[in-house]
Amino acid sequence: MDYALMQRVFPFFLEAAWITILLSVLTAILGLICAMLGTAARLSRFRVLRFLGAAYVSVFRGTPALIQLFILYFGGPQIGIQLDAFEAGVIGLGVNVGAYMTETMRGAIISVDKGQGEAARTLGMSKWQAMRNVILPQAMRLMIRPLGVNLNTLIKSTALVAAISVVELTYTAQRYIGSTYKPFEMFLIAGLLYMIIIYVVGLAVTWADRKARLN
Amino acid sequence: MGLDFSVIPKYLDIVLLGALWTIGITVGAALVSFFGGIFLAVIALYAPAVVRWPFRIFSFLFLGTPLLLQLFLIYFGLVQIGIDVPAFVAGVIGLGLHFAVYNSELFQTSILAVDKGQIEAARTLGLSRMQALRKVVVPQAVRDVIPPIGNNMIALLKDSALVSVIGVSELTLSAQRAIGSTYRPFEFYVLVAAIYYIINLGMEAVLRRVERRIQASK
Repeated sequence: MDYALMQRVFPFFLEAAWITILLSVLTAILGLICAMLGTAARLSRFRVLRFLGAAYVSVFRGTPALIQLFILYFGGPQIGIQLDAFEAGVIGLGVNVGAYMTETMRGAIISVDKGQGEAARTLGMSKWQAMRNVILPQAMRLMIRPLGVNLNTLIKSTALVAAISVVELTYTAQRYIGSTYKPFEMFLIAGLLYMIIIYVVGLAVTWADRKARLN
Repeated sequence: MGLDFSVIPKYLDIVLLGALWTIGITVGAALVSFFGGIFLAVIALYAPAVVRWPFRIFSFLFLGTPLLLQLFLIYFGLVQIGIDVPAFVAGVIGLGLHFAVYNSELFQTSILAVDKGQIEAARTLGLSRMQALRKVVVPQAVRDVIPPIGNNMIALLKDSALVSVIGVSELTLSAQRAIGSTYRPFEFYVLVAAIYYIINLGMEAVLRRVERRIQASK
């Protein structure tokens, strides 16, 4: 193992790790927004919206995220969408993870006991009031942990944007493997940084989950 | 530059050949991940600490890092230690190992969930520990865990697109070849997405049938 080399390239990996973190944060925010819209559509009383929501989830979960990225980044200009690699990465991954998160949110909402909604309606609340004041607060508690799993997957899938040459951790590792022929060392540095990011996010999720359960 | 899907028929055979490779890689990697997963689970649960620890570190590394990074490690790592395998083999090994680690987690829980009395009974009948595991515990554990393993295999199909990056000529890379000579990325990537989607729907349909079978047999 070449420790001197590892020490020398480490600052470049650290810089790349910030890009990975930034990508993850932006993607997570966009994913959550897409998931809220997707969940609202899937639970809507309009058949067209329900269909659109289901189609969104099925298509984006049923095709590789890498291909979705390629369609957006390489195919986008043909239909008038010009994005740089980073923007395409955030939008592509965000919409993709949104489809997975939609299923998580919907699952949490429909697993809240049916009697809760019925009781709220009997007390004279409108459907929307029942959703907002009774069902959603309970569902939020149920969805923190599974959303944490989505986040974990999301952080790892930010590596895909290396394929459209965004200089994040995996791209940096790939470049140094190519120039130094030390795949194991480069894998260890990048891997360690990924695991630190995932660990910290995991701690935050556990904290949020415990807090939500105490309330 | 507008859209022109009329370029597709000329390259359809290349793309469909790529789809066959994708299916081949998925099946190969699925097999590696299934048996590798059982192997890793048995080691994690029953092997002595000296054997267990290296495998535990390996699992820990593979659970916490992106597949793409692991593919680079395996492809270039094998070359570095002097094993020059074709990209296809590196892809199958990489994908297979990645999902073996995920499957191993599932197998471990399901092996532990098999009733203890089963092992005791098998041992009383004179089976060795290994025999009891192989003939009594693992078959029951496998049945219980087929639905989530099936989901992993559907995920594996979609992740197989990543091996295009290390130069395996599967569906994604064959589309890239066609794009190289036509400059029509949108058309070909949409076509490829549609093919993945169809294979994905097929796998989901099979999995649902298998799940119903298992439910019925219980």
